[in-house]
Amino acid sequence: MNTIRDQAAIVGIGQTPFSKALGRTEIDMAVEAIHAACADAGISPHQIDGVARFDMDSVDEEKLLSIVSPELRYHVGTPFGGGGAASVLVHAATAVAMGLADNVLVFRSRARGKKSVYGKGSNQGGRFWERLDSDLPELDQWQVPYGLVTPFMEMAMIARRHMIEYGTTERQFGEVAVALRRHALRNPNAVMRAPMTLEDHSASRYIAEPFRLFDCNIETDGAVALIVTSAERARDMRQTPALIHAGALAAGSHHRRLSTLFGRSRDDDSAARVGRELWQSSGLRPSEMNAFFCYDFFTAFAILALEDYGFCKRGEGGPFVEDQGLYFDGGRMPTNTNGGQLSEAFIHGVNNALEAVRQIRGNSTSQVPDCELVLLAGANTDPTGAVILRKG
Amino acid sequence: MRDEVITQGLPLPLPSVDNMEFYRATQRGELRFQRCTDCHTWRHYPRPVCPACTSTRFDWEQASGRGELYTWTTVHGPTLPAFRDQLPYTVIDVLTDEGLHFQSQLVECPAEAIEAGMPLEAVFVPASDEITLVKFRPAS
Repeated sequence: MNTIRDQAAIVGIGQTPFSKALGRTEIDMAVEAIHAACADAGISPHQIDGVARFDMDSVDEEKLLSIVSPELRYHVGTPFGGGGAASVLVHAATAVAMGLADNVLVFRSRARGKKSVYGKGSNQGGRFWERLDSDLPELDQWQVPYGLVTPFMEMAMIARRHMIEYGTTERQFGEVAVALRRHALRNPNAVMRAPMTLEDHSASRYIAEPFRLFDCNIETDGAVALIVTSAERARDMRQTPALIHAGALAAGSHHRRLSTLFGRSRDDDSAARVGRELWQSSGLRPSEMNAFFCYDFFTAFAILALEDYGFCKRGEGGPFVEDQGLYFDGGRMPTNTNGGQLSEAFIHGVNNALEAVRQIRGNSTSQVPDCELVLLAGANTDPTGAVILRKG
Repeated sequence: MRDEVITQGLPLPLPSVDNMEFYRATQRGELRFQRCTDCHTWRHYPRPVCPACTSTRFDWEQASGRGELYTWTTVHGPTLPAFRDQLPYTVIDVLTDEGLHFQSQLVECPAEAIEAGMPLEAVFVPASDEITLVKFRPAS
Protein backbone atom coordinates (compact mmCIF):
# COMPACT_ATOMS: atom_id res chain seq x y z
CA MET A 1 0.00 0.00 0.00
CA ASN A 2 3.03 2.24 0.30
CA THR A 3 2.65 4.13 -2.97
CA ILE A 4 6.12 5.70 -2.95
CA ARG A 5 7.85 2.32 -3.04
CA ASP A 6 10.85 2.51 -5.36
CA GLN A 7 9.24 5.34 -7.34
CA ALA A 8 11.98 7.87 -6.62
CA ALA A 9 15.74 7.78 -6.16
CA ILE A 10 18.52 9.94 -4.81
CA VAL A 11 20.77 10.61 -7.79
CA GLY A 12 22.97 13.46 -6.60
CA ILE A 13 24.70 14.48 -3.39
CA GLY A 14 26.83 17.54 -2.63
CA GLN A 15 28.30 19.42 0.27
CA THR A 16 30.59 22.21 1.41
CA PRO A 17 33.59 21.46 3.59
CA PHE A 18 32.59 20.97 7.23
CA SER A 19 34.30 23.15 9.81
CA LYS A 20 33.89 24.76 13.21
CA ALA A 21 34.19 28.17 11.56
CA LEU A 22 33.75 28.62 7.81
CA GLY A 23 32.75 32.27 8.25
CA ARG A 24 30.15 32.08 5.46
CA THR A 25 26.43 32.81 5.32
CA GLU A 26 23.94 29.98 5.11
CA ILE A 27 22.79 30.96 1.61
CA ASP A 28 26.38 31.02 0.35
CA MET A 29 27.04 27.54 1.73
CA ALA A 30 23.71 26.30 0.36
CA VAL A 31 24.62 27.41 -3.16
CA GLU A 32 27.89 25.46 -3.06
CA ALA A 33 26.20 22.28 -1.81
CA ILE A 34 23.35 22.53 -4.32
CA HIS A 35 25.72 23.11 -7.23
CA ALA A 36 27.82 20.14 -6.12
CA ALA A 37 24.74 17.89 -5.88
CA CYS A 38 23.60 18.94 -9.36
CA ALA A 39 27.06 18.27 -10.80
CA ASP A 40 27.04 14.86 -9.13
CA ALA A 41 23.65 14.09 -10.68
CA GLY A 42 24.54 15.60 -14.04
CA ILE A 43 21.74 18.17 -14.10
CA SER A 44 21.59 21.97 -14.12
CA PRO A 45 20.31 23.76 -10.99
CA HIS A 46 17.62 25.20 -13.26
CA GLN A 47 16.23 21.66 -13.72
CA ILE A 48 15.26 21.62 -10.03
CA ASP A 49 11.50 22.25 -9.99
CA GLY A 50 10.70 21.05 -6.47
CA VAL A 51 12.11 21.56 -3.00
CA ALA A 52 11.58 19.87 0.38
CA ARG A 53 13.22 21.99 3.03
CA PHE A 54 13.50 22.51 6.77
CA ASP A 55 11.10 25.26 7.92
CA MET A 56 13.89 26.70 10.05
CA ASP A 57 16.46 26.92 7.24
CA SER A 58 17.20 30.57 6.53
CA VAL A 59 17.37 29.74 2.80
CA ASP A 60 13.65 30.00 2.06
CA GLU A 61 11.64 29.56 -1.13
CA GLU A 62 12.13 33.18 -2.12
CA LYS A 63 15.91 32.89 -1.83
CA LEU A 64 15.86 29.57 -3.66
CA LEU A 65 14.37 31.25 -6.73
CA SER A 66 17.79 32.66 -7.53
CA ILE A 67 19.39 29.23 -7.13
CA VAL A 68 17.01 26.70 -8.74
CA SER A 69 14.45 26.90 -11.54
CA PRO A 70 12.67 30.27 -11.54
CA GLU A 71 9.58 28.19 -12.26
CA LEU A 72 9.74 26.23 -9.01
CA ARG A 73 6.60 24.13 -8.66
CA TYR A 74 6.47 21.87 -5.62
CA HIS A 75 7.57 23.24 -2.26
CA VAL A 76 7.11 21.87 1.24
CA GLY A 77 8.67 22.36 4.67
CA THR A 78 9.22 20.09 7.64
CA PRO A 79 8.83 21.48 11.18
CA PHE A 80 11.19 21.81 14.16
CA GLY A 81 14.74 20.62 13.69
CA GLY A 82 16.46 17.30 13.18
CA GLY A 83 13.26 15.29 13.16
CA GLY A 84 13.02 16.36 9.54
CA ALA A 85 16.33 14.80 8.48
CA ALA A 86 14.61 11.94 6.64
CA SER A 87 11.12 13.47 6.41
CA VAL A 88 12.34 15.75 3.64
CA LEU A 89 13.18 12.64 1.59
CA VAL A 90 9.68 11.22 2.21
CA HIS A 91 8.22 14.51 0.94
CA ALA A 92 10.55 14.55 -2.06
CA ALA A 93 9.73 10.94 -3.00
CA THR A 94 6.01 11.64 -2.64
CA ALA A 95 6.22 14.68 -4.89
CA VAL A 96 8.10 12.73 -7.56
CA ALA A 97 5.78 9.70 -7.31
CA MET A 98 2.71 11.93 -7.63
CA GLY A 99 4.14 13.88 -10.56
CA LEU A 100 4.22 17.16 -8.69
CA ALA A 101 7.86 17.76 -9.65
CA ASP A 102 10.59 16.09 -11.70
CA ASN A 103 13.73 16.93 -9.71
CA VAL A 104 13.32 17.72 -6.04
CA LEU A 105 16.03 19.41 -3.98
CA VAL A 106 16.62 18.43 -0.36
CA PHE A 107 19.16 20.50 1.53
CA ARG A 108 20.25 21.93 4.87
CA SER A 109 22.63 24.78 5.50
CA ARG A 110 23.80 25.65 8.99
CA ALA A 111 26.18 28.24 10.35
CA ARG A 112 26.16 26.78 13.83
CA GLY A 113 29.77 27.33 14.82
CA LYS A 114 30.16 29.68 17.77
CA LYS A 115 32.28 32.07 15.71
CA SER A 116 29.80 32.19 12.84
CA VAL A 117 27.10 34.42 14.33
CA TYR A 118 26.08 36.92 11.67
CA GLY A 119 22.89 38.46 13.03
CA LYS A 120 20.39 38.71 15.85
CA GLY A 121 17.77 36.26 14.60
CA SER A 122 17.55 32.71 15.88
CA ASN A 123 18.69 31.24 12.55
CA GLN A 124 21.58 33.59 11.97
CA GLY A 125 24.45 31.49 13.13
CA GLY A 126 25.65 30.16 16.46
CA ARG A 127 23.50 28.70 19.23
CA PHE A 128 19.82 29.60 19.04
CA TRP A 129 19.35 29.18 22.78
CA GLU A 130 21.81 31.95 23.59
CA ARG A 131 19.49 34.59 22.10
CA LEU A 132 16.09 34.06 23.68
CA ASP A 133 13.67 36.96 24.16
CA SER A 134 13.70 38.13 27.77
CA ASP A 135 9.90 37.64 27.75
CA LEU A 136 9.30 33.96 27.07
CA PRO A 137 6.20 33.17 25.08
CA GLU A 138 4.59 29.77 24.73
CA LEU A 139 6.32 26.64 25.90
CA ASP A 140 9.82 27.92 26.63
CA GLN A 141 8.36 29.59 29.73
CA TRP A 142 7.89 26.24 31.44
CA GLN A 143 11.55 25.31 31.20
CA VAL A 144 13.90 28.23 30.69
CA PRO A 145 13.23 30.20 33.93
CA TYR A 146 14.40 27.13 35.88
CA GLY A 147 17.70 26.99 34.05
CA LEU A 148 16.53 24.30 31.62
CA VAL A 149 17.77 26.27 28.65
CA THR A 150 19.36 24.04 26.04
CA PRO A 151 18.61 20.83 24.13
CA PHE A 152 21.55 19.06 25.76
CA MET A 153 19.98 19.63 29.20
CA GLU A 154 16.63 18.23 28.05
CA MET A 155 18.33 15.28 26.39
CA ALA A 156 20.38 14.62 29.52
CA MET A 157 17.14 14.26 31.48
CA ILE A 158 15.80 11.75 28.94
CA ALA A 159 19.09 9.83 29.02
CA ARG A 160 19.03 9.82 32.85
CA ARG A 161 15.57 8.29 32.76
CA HIS A 162 16.84 5.50 30.50
CA MET A 163 19.59 4.82 33.04
CA ILE A 164 17.01 4.72 35.86
CA GLU A 165 14.66 2.36 34.03
CA TYR A 166 17.12 0.02 32.31
CA GLY A 167 20.49 0.38 33.99
CA THR A 168 22.13 1.96 30.94
CA THR A 169 25.58 3.28 31.82
CA GLU A 170 27.75 6.27 30.99
CA ARG A 171 30.32 3.80 29.71
CA GLN A 172 27.79 2.57 27.14
CA PHE A 173 27.33 6.18 26.03
CA GLY A 174 31.10 6.21 25.63
CA GLU A 175 30.95 3.14 23.38
CA VAL A 176 28.83 5.15 20.94
CA ALA A 177 31.20 8.12 20.99
CA VAL A 178 34.24 5.91 20.43
CA ALA A 179 32.67 3.90 17.58
CA LEU A 180 31.62 7.02 15.70
CA ARG A 181 34.96 8.73 16.26
CA ARG A 182 36.62 5.66 14.79
CA HIS A 183 34.48 6.09 11.67
CA ALA A 184 35.34 9.82 11.54
CA LEU A 185 39.08 9.06 11.61
CA ARG A 186 38.63 7.30 8.26
CA ASN A 187 36.57 10.17 6.76
CA PRO A 188 38.50 13.19 5.40
CA ASN A 189 35.29 15.28 5.57
CA ALA A 190 34.98 14.81 9.32
CA VAL A 191 35.66 17.72 11.65
CA MET A 192 36.79 15.58 14.60
CA ARG A 193 39.95 13.69 13.64
CA ALA A 194 41.64 12.94 16.97
CA PRO A 195 41.46 9.30 18.16
CA MET A 196 39.20 8.68 21.18
CA THR A 197 39.21 5.89 23.75
CA LEU A 198 36.64 5.01 26.41
CA GLU A 199 39.05 6.54 28.91
CA ASP A 200 39.16 9.79 26.92
CA HIS A 201 35.37 9.82 26.99
CA SER A 202 35.12 9.30 30.73
CA ALA A 203 37.81 11.95 31.33
CA SER A 204 35.95 14.64 29.37
CA ARG A 205 34.15 17.23 31.46
CA TYR A 206 30.49 17.06 32.40
CA ILE A 207 28.25 19.43 30.45
CA ALA A 208 24.93 18.32 31.92
CA GLU A 209 25.09 15.04 33.84
CA PRO A 210 25.06 12.30 32.70
CA PHE A 211 26.39 13.93 29.51
CA ARG A 212 30.04 14.76 29.11
CA LEU A 213 31.51 16.87 26.36
CA PHE A 214 32.10 13.78 24.19
CA ASP A 215 28.43 12.75 24.48
CA CYS A 216 27.35 15.89 22.64
CA ASN A 217 27.25 16.66 18.94
CA ILE A 218 29.76 19.13 17.59
CA GLU A 219 28.77 22.64 16.54
CA THR A 220 29.77 23.16 12.95
CA ASP A 221 29.26 25.12 9.77
CA GLY A 222 28.39 23.51 6.48
CA ALA A 223 25.70 22.68 3.96
CA VAL A 224 24.56 19.50 2.25
CA ALA A 225 22.19 18.82 -0.64
CA LEU A 226 20.56 15.86 -2.36
CA ILE A 227 18.68 15.54 -5.66
CA VAL A 228 15.66 13.23 -5.85
CA THR A 229 14.21 12.24 -9.21
CA SER A 230 12.08 9.43 -10.63
CA ALA A 231 13.43 5.88 -10.61
CA GLU A 232 12.86 5.79 -14.36
CA ARG A 233 15.04 8.83 -15.05
CA ALA A 234 17.56 7.62 -12.48
CA ARG A 235 18.30 4.53 -14.60
CA ASP A 236 19.83 6.71 -17.32
CA MET A 237 21.80 8.96 -14.97
CA ARG A 238 25.44 8.71 -14.02
CA GLN A 239 25.20 7.51 -10.39
CA THR A 240 23.99 4.25 -8.89
CA PRO A 241 20.46 5.19 -7.77
CA ALA A 242 19.61 5.04 -4.08
CA LEU A 243 15.94 4.10 -4.38
CA ILE A 244 13.60 5.41 -1.70
CA HIS A 245 12.06 2.04 -0.95
CA ALA A 246 9.79 3.05 1.92
CA GLY A 247 9.12 6.07 4.05
CA ALA A 248 6.99 7.05 7.01
CA LEU A 249 6.30 10.11 9.13
CA ALA A 250 4.82 10.57 12.58
CA ALA A 251 4.00 13.60 14.66
CA GLY A 252 5.22 13.12 18.19
CA SER A 253 6.59 14.91 21.19
CA HIS A 254 9.32 17.48 20.82
CA HIS A 255 12.22 17.69 23.25
CA ARG A 256 11.29 21.26 24.14
CA ARG A 257 7.98 19.94 25.52
CA LEU A 258 9.18 17.47 28.14
CA SER A 259 5.83 17.30 29.97
CA THR A 260 4.25 15.89 26.84
CA LEU A 261 7.21 13.63 26.07
CA PHE A 262 7.37 12.08 29.55
CA GLY A 263 3.58 11.88 29.69
CA ARG A 264 3.41 9.09 27.13
CA SER A 265 5.18 5.80 26.57
CA ARG A 266 8.19 5.95 24.25
CA ASP A 267 6.60 3.13 22.30
CA ASP A 268 3.72 5.46 21.44
CA ASP A 269 5.96 8.32 20.41
CA SER A 270 6.96 9.25 16.89
CA ALA A 271 10.13 7.25 16.23
CA ALA A 272 8.74 3.93 17.45
CA ARG A 273 5.57 4.45 15.39
CA VAL A 274 7.59 5.34 12.30
CA GLY A 275 9.64 2.19 12.79
CA ARG A 276 6.60 -0.05 13.07
CA GLU A 277 5.02 1.49 9.99
CA LEU A 278 8.20 1.09 7.94
CA TRP A 279 8.66 -2.57 8.79
CA GLN A 280 4.99 -3.29 8.20
CA SER A 281 4.76 -1.44 4.88
CA SER A 282 8.05 -2.78 3.50
CA GLY A 283 7.81 -6.34 4.74
CA LEU A 284 11.46 -6.00 5.75
CA ARG A 285 13.01 -6.60 9.16
CA PRO A 286 15.61 -4.54 11.05
CA SER A 287 18.09 -7.43 10.77
CA GLU A 288 17.92 -7.14 6.97
CA MET A 289 19.43 -3.64 7.06
CA ASN A 290 23.10 -3.46 6.14
CA ALA A 291 23.60 -0.12 7.92
CA PHE A 292 21.70 2.30 10.14
CA PHE A 293 21.86 6.09 10.12
CA CYS A 294 20.34 7.56 13.25
CA TYR A 295 20.15 11.07 14.59
CA ASP A 296 23.12 10.94 16.94
CA PHE A 297 22.90 14.41 18.44
CA PHE A 298 23.80 12.82 21.78
CA THR A 299 25.31 9.40 22.37
CA ALA A 300 22.32 8.15 24.36
CA PHE A 301 20.03 8.83 21.43
CA ALA A 302 21.80 6.34 19.21
CA ILE A 303 21.03 3.77 21.94
CA LEU A 304 17.40 4.91 22.08
CA ALA A 305 17.12 4.88 18.27
CA LEU A 306 18.30 1.27 18.09
CA GLU A 307 15.40 0.44 20.40
CA ASP A 308 12.87 2.79 18.77
CA TYR A 309 13.50 1.22 15.35
CA GLY A 310 13.46 -2.35 16.58
CA PHE A 311 17.13 -3.32 16.20
CA CYS A 312 16.89 -4.52 19.79
CA LYS A 313 14.28 -4.66 22.52
CA ARG A 314 13.44 -1.68 24.73
CA GLY A 315 16.14 -1.34 27.37
CA GLU A 316 18.70 -3.44 25.45
CA GLY A 317 20.28 -0.59 23.49
CA GLY A 318 23.09 -0.20 26.00
CA PRO A 319 24.40 -3.77 25.70
CA PHE A 320 23.81 -3.61 21.90
CA VAL A 321 26.47 -0.91 21.45
CA GLU A 322 29.07 -2.74 23.53
CA ASP A 323 31.83 -4.89 22.01
CA GLN A 324 32.13 -2.73 18.87
CA GLY A 325 28.41 -3.12 18.19
CA LEU A 326 28.22 -0.08 15.90
CA TYR A 327 31.47 -0.62 13.97
CA PHE A 328 31.26 -0.57 10.17
CA ASP A 329 33.40 -3.69 10.04
CA GLY A 330 31.78 -6.49 11.97
CA GLY A 331 29.40 -4.54 14.22
CA ARG A 332 25.96 -5.87 15.08
CA MET A 333 24.59 -2.96 13.07
CA PRO A 334 27.04 -0.62 11.33
CA THR A 335 25.86 2.84 12.37
CA ASN A 336 26.71 6.36 11.19
CA THR A 337 29.74 5.25 9.24
CA ASN A 338 30.67 8.88 8.48
CA GLY A 339 31.20 9.63 12.17
CA GLY A 340 27.73 11.10 12.45
CA GLN A 341 26.89 14.33 14.17
CA LEU A 342 29.10 13.45 17.08
CA SER A 343 32.25 13.46 14.96
CA GLU A 344 31.67 14.32 11.27
CA ALA A 345 29.48 17.45 11.38
CA PHE A 346 26.13 18.62 12.71
CA ILE A 347 24.09 19.46 9.63
CA HIS A 348 20.82 18.49 11.30
CA GLY A 349 21.19 14.84 10.35
CA VAL A 350 21.19 15.47 6.61
CA ASN A 351 24.93 14.80 6.42
CA ASN A 352 24.00 11.28 7.53
CA ALA A 353 21.68 11.07 4.49
CA LEU A 354 24.67 11.72 2.21
CA GLU A 355 26.58 8.92 3.93
CA ALA A 356 23.62 6.58 3.54
CA VAL A 357 23.77 7.25 -0.22
CA ARG A 358 27.53 6.67 -0.30
CA GLN A 359 27.01 3.29 1.38
CA ILE A 360 24.45 2.35 -1.29
CA ARG A 361 26.86 3.49 -4.02
CA GLY A 362 29.67 1.54 -2.40
CA ASN A 363 32.08 4.44 -1.93
CA SER A 364 32.03 5.25 1.77
CA THR A 365 35.37 5.62 3.50
CA SER A 366 34.04 2.99 5.93
CA GLN A 367 32.24 0.86 3.41
CA VAL A 368 29.97 -1.96 4.57
CA PRO A 369 30.42 -4.92 2.18
CA ASP A 370 27.49 -5.62 -0.18
CA CYS A 371 25.46 -2.75 1.22
CA GLU A 372 22.04 -2.81 -0.44
CA LEU A 373 19.54 -1.74 2.24
CA VAL A 374 19.92 1.03 4.81
CA LEU A 375 17.63 2.76 7.29
CA LEU A 376 17.94 6.54 7.68
CA ALA A 377 16.06 8.16 10.58
CA GLY A 378 15.45 11.70 11.78
CA ALA A 379 15.72 12.82 15.40
CA ASN A 380 13.89 10.51 17.78
CA THR A 381 12.45 13.20 20.02
CA ASP A 382 10.61 15.24 17.42
CA PRO A 383 7.88 14.85 14.94
CA THR A 384 10.01 12.61 12.80
CA GLY A 385 10.36 10.39 9.79
CA ALA A 386 12.56 7.68 8.33
CA VAL A 387 13.29 6.06 4.99
CA ILE A 388 14.63 2.74 3.80
CA LEU A 389 17.02 3.19 0.89
CA ARG A 390 17.67 0.35 -1.55
CA LYS A 391 20.40 -0.05 -4.13
CA GLY A 392 18.89 0.44 -7.60
CA MET B 1 29.01 39.68 17.20
CA ARG B 2 28.21 36.70 19.43
CA ASP B 3 28.54 38.67 22.66
CA GLU B 4 26.15 41.29 21.33
CA VAL B 5 23.29 38.85 20.78
CA ILE B 6 23.47 36.64 23.90
CA THR B 7 20.50 37.06 26.26
CA GLN B 8 21.90 38.66 29.43
CA GLY B 9 18.99 38.87 31.91
CA LEU B 10 16.82 36.13 33.40
CA PRO B 11 14.16 35.30 30.80
CA LEU B 12 10.74 35.16 32.43
CA PRO B 13 7.35 33.90 31.29
CA LEU B 14 5.11 36.24 29.33
CA PRO B 15 1.68 35.20 30.61
CA SER B 16 -1.11 34.84 28.09
CA VAL B 17 -4.85 34.52 28.60
CA ASP B 18 -4.37 30.74 28.44
CA ASN B 19 -1.98 30.49 31.38
CA MET B 20 -2.48 33.64 33.46
CA GLU B 21 -4.37 31.69 36.13
CA PHE B 22 -1.28 29.58 36.76
CA TYR B 23 0.79 32.65 37.65
CA ARG B 24 -2.02 34.30 39.65
CA ALA B 25 -2.13 31.13 41.75
CA THR B 26 1.64 30.90 42.30
CA GLN B 27 1.63 34.48 43.58
CA ARG B 28 -0.80 33.24 46.28
CA GLY B 29 1.44 30.26 47.03
CA GLU B 30 -0.83 27.78 45.24
CA LEU B 31 0.05 25.32 42.50
CA ARG B 32 -2.90 25.00 40.14
CA PHE B 33 -3.24 23.04 36.92
CA GLN B 34 -6.01 22.76 34.36
CA ARG B 35 -8.40 19.86 34.91
CA CYS B 36 -11.11 18.77 32.49
CA THR B 37 -14.59 19.50 33.85
CA ASP B 38 -16.02 16.52 31.98
CA CYS B 39 -13.53 13.64 32.26
CA HIS B 40 -11.46 15.08 35.17
CA THR B 41 -8.12 14.50 33.43
CA TRP B 42 -5.38 16.85 34.67
CA ARG B 43 -3.19 18.58 32.11
CA HIS B 44 0.00 20.60 31.87
CA TYR B 45 0.99 22.62 29.77
CA PRO B 46 -2.10 24.86 29.71
CA ARG B 47 -4.18 24.53 26.55
CA PRO B 48 -7.79 25.14 25.61
CA VAL B 49 -8.81 21.52 25.03
CA CYS B 50 -8.62 18.22 26.90
CA PRO B 51 -6.28 15.81 25.07
CA ALA B 52 -8.15 12.85 26.56
CA CYS B 53 -11.79 13.64 25.70
CA THR B 54 -11.68 16.82 23.51
CA SER B 55 -13.80 18.81 25.97
CA THR B 56 -13.13 22.54 26.06
CA ARG B 57 -14.49 22.92 29.60
CA PHE B 58 -11.91 23.06 32.37
CA ASP B 59 -11.16 24.37 35.83
CA TRP B 60 -7.90 25.53 37.43
CA GLU B 61 -7.75 23.07 40.31
CA GLN B 62 -5.32 23.21 43.18
CA ALA B 63 -2.68 20.49 43.11
CA SER B 64 -1.08 18.94 46.18
CA GLY B 65 2.27 20.57 45.44
CA ARG B 66 3.94 17.23 46.03
CA GLY B 67 5.45 14.63 43.76
CA GLU B 68 8.48 12.49 43.14
CA LEU B 69 11.72 13.01 41.25
CA TYR B 70 11.26 11.42 37.81
CA THR B 71 14.58 12.49 36.27
CA TRP B 72 17.17 15.24 36.52
CA THR B 73 20.34 16.73 35.16
CA THR B 74 23.02 18.59 37.05
CA VAL B 75 24.14 21.36 34.72
CA HIS B 76 27.80 22.31 34.53
CA GLY B 77 27.47 24.62 31.53
CA PRO B 78 27.47 26.22 29.08
CA THR B 79 24.25 28.00 30.00
CA LEU B 80 22.77 31.50 29.80
CA PRO B 81 24.65 34.25 31.68
CA ALA B 82 21.69 34.57 34.11
CA PHE B 83 22.40 31.10 35.49
CA ARG B 84 26.20 31.08 35.46
CA ASP B 85 26.60 32.05 39.11
CA GLN B 86 24.43 29.06 40.12
CA LEU B 87 26.59 26.44 38.38
CA PRO B 88 26.41 23.55 38.97
CA TYR B 89 22.63 23.51 39.42
CA THR B 90 20.08 20.72 39.09
CA VAL B 91 17.01 20.90 36.89
CA ILE B 92 14.38 18.25 37.39
CA ASP B 93 11.24 16.65 36.09
CA VAL B 94 8.71 16.11 38.87
CA LEU B 95 6.00 13.48 38.51
CA THR B 96 3.29 15.18 40.57
CA ASP B 97 0.72 13.43 42.74
CA GLU B 98 -1.77 14.29 39.97
CA GLY B 99 0.28 12.31 37.42
CA LEU B 100 1.64 15.37 35.59
CA HIS B 101 5.22 16.06 34.57
CA PHE B 102 6.50 19.49 35.67
CA GLN B 103 9.99 20.80 34.93
CA SER B 104 11.59 22.82 37.67
CA GLN B 105 14.75 23.38 39.66
CA LEU B 106 15.78 21.37 42.72
CA VAL B 107 16.67 23.47 45.78
CA GLU B 108 17.80 22.77 49.35
CA CYS B 109 19.26 19.38 48.34
CA PRO B 110 22.95 18.40 48.26
CA ALA B 111 24.03 16.66 45.07
CA GLU B 112 24.85 13.38 46.86
CA ALA B 113 21.27 13.14 48.20
CA ILE B 114 19.63 13.19 44.76
CA GLU B 115 17.83 9.93 44.09
CA ALA B 116 15.21 8.82 41.56
CA GLY B 117 11.77 8.68 43.14
CA MET B 118 12.63 10.90 46.11
CA PRO B 119 9.57 12.77 47.46
CA LEU B 120 9.51 16.49 46.69
CA GLU B 121 7.41 19.50 47.64
CA ALA B 122 6.84 22.83 45.92
CA VAL B 123 8.52 26.07 47.02
CA PHE B 124 7.23 29.39 45.68
CA VAL B 125 10.00 31.74 44.59
CA PRO B 126 9.11 35.29 43.47
CA ALA B 127 11.12 36.33 40.40
CA SER B 128 9.42 39.64 39.53
CA ASP B 129 6.32 41.65 40.47
CA GLU B 130 4.19 39.45 38.21
CA ILE B 131 5.95 36.10 38.16
CA THR B 132 6.44 33.62 40.99
CA LEU B 133 8.28 30.47 39.95
CA VAL B 134 7.65 27.00 41.42
CA LYS B 135 10.79 25.19 42.52
CA PHE B 136 10.98 21.94 44.48
CA ARG B 137 12.86 20.70 47.54
CA PRO B 138 13.00 17.34 49.35
CA ALA B 139 9.65 16.79 51.11
CA SER B 140 9.72 17.32 54.85
